[in-house]
Amino acid sequence: MARKYSSPKVDRRQFLTGVIAAGAATAMAPPIASAADAAAPQAKPRASSALPPSAKVAAAETGTPRELARVKGIPGSDFMVDVIKTLDIKYLPSNCASSFRAIHESLINYGGNTKPEFLTCMHEESAVGMAHGYFKIAGKPLMTLCHGTVGLQHATMAVYNAWCDRVPLIIVGGNDLDAAHRPPGVPTFHAAQDINAMVRDYTKWDDTPVSLQHFSQSFVRAYKIAMTPPYGPVAISLDAGLQQEPMKDHGEKPYIPRYVPTSPPQGDSGAVKEAARLLANAQNPVIVADRAARTPAGVGLLVQLAEALQAKVIDQGGRMNFPNTHHLSSPPNAVNDADVIIGLELSDFWATVNAYTDNGEHGIGVNSTRIKPDTKLISINSVDLNTKANYQDFQRFQVIDVQMAADAEATLPALIEAVKSAIPNARKAAIEKRGEAARKAHAERRARTRQAAALGWDASPISTARLVMETFAQIKDLDWSLASSPNGISGWPLRLWPMEKHHHYIGASGGYGVGYAAPASVGAALANRDLGRFTVSIQPDGDLMYAPGVLWTAAKHKIPLLSVMHNNRGYHQEVMHVQRLSNFRNRIPNLGGDIGPVGTSIERPDIEYHKLAESMGWWAKGPIKDPTQLASALKEAVAVVKSGQPALLNVWTQPR
Amino acid sequence: MRLIRLFAPVARLTLAAVLVVSQGAALAASAEKGKAAYVKSGCWQCHGYVGQGGGPTGPKLAPDPMPLAALSAFLRHTNGRMPPYPEAVLSNADLADIHAYLLSIPKPADYKSIPLLNQ
Repeated sequence: MARKYSSPKVDRRQFLTGVIAAGAATAMAPPIASAADAAAPQAKPRASSALPPSAKVAAAETGTPRELARVKGIPGSDFMVDVIKTLDIKYLPSNCASSFRAIHESLINYGGNTKPEFLTCMHEESAVGMAHGYFKIAGKPLMTLCHGTVGLQHATMAVYNAWCDRVPLIIVGGNDLDAAHRPPGVPTFHAAQDINAMVRDYTKWDDTPVSLQHFSQSFVRAYKIAMTPPYGPVAISLDAGLQQEPMKDHGEKPYIPRYVPTSPPQGDSGAVKEAARLLANAQNPVIVADRAARTPAGVGLLVQLAEALQAKVIDQGGRMNFPNTHHLSSPPNAVNDADVIIGLELSDFWATVNAYTDNGEHGIGVNSTRIKPDTKLISINSVDLNTKANYQDFQRFQVIDVQMAADAEATLPALIEAVKSAIPNARKAAIEKRGEAARKAHAERRARTRQAAALGWDASPISTARLVMETFAQIKDLDWSLASSPNGISGWPLRLWPMEKHHHYIGASGGYGVGYAAPASVGAALANRDLGRFTVSIQPDGDLMYAPGVLWTAAKHKIPLLSVMHNNRGYHQEVMHVQRLSNFRNRIPNLGGDIGPVGTSIERPDIEYHKLAESMGWWAKGPIKDPTQLASALKEAVAVVKSGQPALLNVWTQPR
Repeated sequence: MRLIRLFAPVARLTLAAVLVVSQGAALAASAEKGKAAYVKSGCWQCHGYVGQGGGPTGPKLAPDPMPLAALSAFLRHTNGRMPPYPEAVLSNADLADIHAYLLSIPKPADYKSIPLLNQ
């Protein structure tokens, strides 16, 4: 390896050997009793366990310690910190580990523990989940350090979520490559030839730098690749030797490449023109958006496109794309009567225009179309530029009439202009009329939704509609941000809260890896804290228990978050799967004394989430089962969060 | 079409049988027993403990549930999102009790009278 230098004389291997020897001496056991002692009659008094120390131990404990070997020169990891600082990365959520101890030391001492600031995490999955949630508010990526092998293994599910959710983050995995010199035992268990292989299928790029110059290029390149749409995670395997050894002096100082953002890919002008022609001449065009609004500007652009066409917009909720208070905001079945559908950064175009019913013979589902046979389909999707083979996040194949491998937000300005130019004068009155019909339908739907929310309003356990509206009543006058997915609570926040700003809602996990909501909410709350916003999470119970240590991280680093538990005491996504299969097989599900089939309930004992949170430094209250007690508890919790602390309410809820 | 023609007589017979059984069972139906059967049979999983429904996961069942005969015919033969419930999993007697429970659930207040739904 390039790191084997002739100087300085004391290298890290000798230093380690010295430390190990000193440690062994300090921990030396008292002299072992002789065989004669062991054979002595039992009447003989037992030897005291506090035997006097040997001369060597006594000297080690009372004498002046020998000066430790010093690493001469500038540590390589100090230079790495210089590189990292050029990219203005604000935080470093991480779980500490020996394979990156050198860069850890440099970051907090040489780097002053700022930009990035080390945030102590209790699980690598929490660290990556925090970075995931942070990005969706701040628009800037975080880095995390992972222990090679075991630490990165812990992180993988969260990395997959970030990949599926098109979120950039920089994973740096410590790894001691040199088998001849790395310490034996645990550090060797925790080393691998290629740790990045674990995440290569769901990262955009990875590298293993072998010199400091290589590191500076790789780190800036990693940042650049992660931040070029389609966004995604990247990984760097960082050799422990390269971190720990001093910089090599070749008479040439390693340089740090300047980061210049890459422009996002824009749709081909001919395809944009054809898409505009189809949309402008459509009788009933429909826009479907999933992760279209990468930034707050994307929301405004989508409104412009929709209004130019008076086209219905279905927001699939990968991000907050379109205000749900706008008269063109429409439900998923708006595709049924469309003659032209444009999909913007859809994660699943097939399922947008088709249905799959999990109720066929022999347990095989049935496919059916949801659209008219001659409906024209247009797609703008940057993910077409970054498809991999193994993991199936690309979903089923859908034939598209006009397909652009391009970033939707970057393409929208050109598309809006092209649409405005393409609308024939003769169609303008019809387009206006289309808008009036949409306005009426929107108002009627809004009333129906509210009446549906009134069902079970006074029930105990508390209805999810009541839960979200009691919560909203306490935060509506603040600059609020919902950091959790509404999928498990019948989508009520997206149906009842006025979602008008990009930060009002940040989407879901992407890969449906459970355990995302808790860390992503803490990460989003961290970003919102710096922006002076209030963060709320409707926290699913099962999700929290994957890695609840993130609660401690939030308290430790004073991250204000209101976490309202959706404690339905079960894995409800799975409850119905077992019921379904039991029905198909003519068998009554075995409940085992619980309310759901064996293996799906979280009850007996009931988890006291409020005590769990309290034990980790949160203000907490519960369990709340009576809806009339919610308002006062929420009021208290909101006051705590506004004072800068996290607060949790354990609320017993209806299943969905 | 071919399948419909083939199974139509069977379906008519089944529906008739269900109606007879349902009418008999309905005479002795108990809302109290129905509440327990509703939970035991897993109806709450998608429709909530008081039949309020869960939006995308399952429609509301109460108040104003569909007639027992229609509920029974649907439940036994649905090929929609909900799996069918054969009699071996949910008996006619339990189904009638569940229907009685759904009938006992009162109407909600008009949303216009609930301040939190008018924010």
